[in-house]
Amino acid sequence: MTTQSSSSPKAKKRTPSGTPAPAEESSPLVAVTRARPRSDHPLVVTIDTKSAPRAVFSGDQVLEVDLPVGTRVVYPRPPMDALKDVDAAIRYAINHPTGTAPLYAKLRPGMKVVIAIDDISLPLPPMRRPDVRERVLTIVLELLADHGVDDVTIIIATSLHRRMTASEVRHVVGDRIFGAYWPDRLYNHDAEDPKGMKRVGVTDHGEVVELNRKAVESDLLVYVNLNLVPMDGGHKSVAVGLCGYKSLRAHHNPHVMGDCAYMDPKASALADSVDRMGRLVEKALDVFHIETTINNRMFDRPLSFFHKNEDDWTAADRVAFKGLAFTLSRLPQAARQAVFEKIPSPYGVTGVFAGECTAVHEQTLERSFAQYLVPIHGQADILVSGIPHISPYNVNSYLNPLLVQVMAQGYLFNFHRGAPLVKKGGTMIIFHPCSDKFDAEHHAPYIEFVHDVLPQTRDAAVMHKQFEEKFATNPAYIEMYRRGHAYHPAHPFFMWYWGEAGRRHLGRVIVVGADNDYIPKLLGWETARSFAEALAMAKTPGQSPELAMLHAPPIVMADVTI
Amino acid sequence: MAASFFDVDGTLTSTNLLHPTFFYLTNQPNPLRSVGALARAALGAPRMALAELVDRRRFNELLFATYEGISRDRLLLLADEAFDRAVRRAIYPGARELVQRCRSEGHEVVLVSGALDLLMNPLAKYLGGAAVICNRLDFKDGYATGKLLRPVVAGPEKARLVRAWAREHGHDLEGCFAYSDSYSDVPMLSAVGRPCAVNPDYRLAKLARTYAWPVIHLGKRPTASRLLDHLP
Repeated sequence: MTTQSSSSPKAKKRTPSGTPAPAEESSPLVAVTRARPRSDHPLVVTIDTKSAPRAVFSGDQVLEVDLPVGTRVVYPRPPMDALKDVDAAIRYAINHPTGTAPLYAKLRPGMKVVIAIDDISLPLPPMRRPDVRERVLTIVLELLADHGVDDVTIIIATSLHRRMTASEVRHVVGDRIFGAYWPDRLYNHDAEDPKGMKRVGVTDHGEVVELNRKAVESDLLVYVNLNLVPMDGGHKSVAVGLCGYKSLRAHHNPHVMGDCAYMDPKASALADSVDRMGRLVEKALDVFHIETTINNRMFDRPLSFFHKNEDDWTAADRVAFKGLAFTLSRLPQAARQAVFEKIPSPYGVTGVFAGECTAVHEQTLERSFAQYLVPIHGQADILVSGIPHISPYNVNSYLNPLLVQVMAQGYLFNFHRGAPLVKKGGTMIIFHPCSDKFDAEHHAPYIEFVHDVLPQTRDAAVMHKQFEEKFATNPAYIEMYRRGHAYHPAHPFFMWYWGEAGRRHLGRVIVVGADNDYIPKLLGWETARSFAEALAMAKTPGQSPELAMLHAPPIVMADVTI
Repeated sequence: MAASFFDVDGTLTSTNLLHPTFFYLTNQPNPLRSVGALARAALGAPRMALAELVDRRRFNELLFATYEGISRDRLLLLADEAFDRAVRRAIYPGARELVQRCRSEGHEVVLVSGALDLLMNPLAKYLGGAAVICNRLDFKDGYATGKLLRPVVAGPEKARLVRAWAREHGHDLEGCFAYSDSYSDVPMLSAVGRPCAVNPDYRLAKLARTYAWPVIHLGKRPTASRLLDHLP
């Protein structure tokens, strides 16, 4: 059998960009005798006695962790090549759409057009300017103007996320569009505006579809998506991005979310529900979808070493890492957060697809999976993962304990297709301080959720039944959502449900580096002072567990076969 | 059923007690009397300022003493205009919607204000119907004595009145909401299970942050408050 040993000479072979070589480019690997034979992809690196420590995020700090020999580390694929001429690709896509007429053919003078765009939760971290949404909007708005369409409104499809601030919107749409449209014709969706929502219908499963009235009453709705992971885009764009609480609760509940592999739409009850609602939307509205995909180039110099196998780090990479780790360890938390917030990611656009929803999204998914999926055979007993400082729900604020839970049991656990990377009843070891800390504005209802609901129950079904409605109708929190920049009061419940599939699957979660015991305990987790202690806790005496590590960020998904 | 108790001045409106008082004093039967009333009020201003720092109830008493000698008829005659000029135009955008949302959730809405019933009753009507706990002037022979009828609605007394109201109307305070902009209303906010700071002053903003009370900004939001939100 063959496997790649992380310290083998072949393992150190690198692509010209310095990233681990993808499967297609790698040569036969050195044979190493292992207890459990398997043949893995070259991006699945097996730790041996000479392996370097692995770099992991622990919130807004970075650590080095010595993994046991035999641990399989799943590395992200190198960033795919970016399109050379993005504007040309956008023009081509909207002029040669899939499954529907070209955008120009749908236009007529005097018509009402609404353009909806993805909010700040995509991508992570935010994209270096110009954001691809700005590029799409610029071209679409020019086209609309050329065809005499003046009644144009741009709505940020926030759903129940917080409203974006003016400066955040400017970053996404660019100065020119911001200056011309903000705030009267470019604004955040408001799911709680009593006059601003309109019922579209009810699916055959009883799901209420209620959307932004302006969008529903438009002659044409153009959705500009930025696809980061496979669960984004498709019918979710309109049916979730522009909906309200009544619609969201149809699928954002423990029953549906506890039975989901979020990143694999074919195995996601959530995606099924959203698709049903989306199909209803497509019958009622004329929607033209524009989806864009980006590569996984999250880190630029001097942080590009995060894209590499640690065994392949150059001396400069090591110095950069040590320097970063030292600096972050000396800075106060607010400064650490500011450091990361100031660095947008140099993502490259890898695809632009336009037209009918399903046809477009199939192409998007294909491109997305091509970037993220790394095949791996067999599940592990223990899954190890760092928790980074950012999630879709804390751009420009702190990753609070509930969001740490979402990142661990919601996102990182779910970065798989086929089967989870960890066995049923297995253990997840994560790194994060789990500080009892919240952004007082963005996450106001989260605070009450963590400190009032969680001490009473961790049972998602009980929460859903006893507490969710009370939160969701709290006028004070709703006012914070509508006029401030707070997440909707139902959102913390959705965050807990996001972790439900992971909670049901995992036997234990052990957090390393927590600065307190009570927050992990509230989340149902155990704590360990060191990775060695966590490992000892996770091991069953007399057995030798198999370990796997998801080396993210950048984003990587395990394509697991059993 | 829950109740939502709203402070008014600074919470639902950008006015304070001085605005309607100034309106009434400047609209005396003749300019001479207006000048005289304003002069007396000006002389009492330092005491009022001092009282405001120490005791909100004492401030209210000193302020309403300036109404002494004004006839009930005149106060009622000017009430609609005073409401229109000093209150209605100063209602924060979103305030009416917030009250409406509380009502649509089945809450009984109660305005709890140190202002006079002459203005609070029209406001309650304007907001779509609300109960009112507010101050009332004492009259003798149809003229204001400059004193307030007991109980004087201010500071800790508001909390007592809210508790009494809840008891009388069968509300469980734990499920009730209270909204205010001022640190002086902390007793009222603390009396309910769901306090909320609206356009809070600095001290209330700090307290709200400490206890994780929701904070709403209906008016223009001060930069200092924005910074406070994101401090660790």
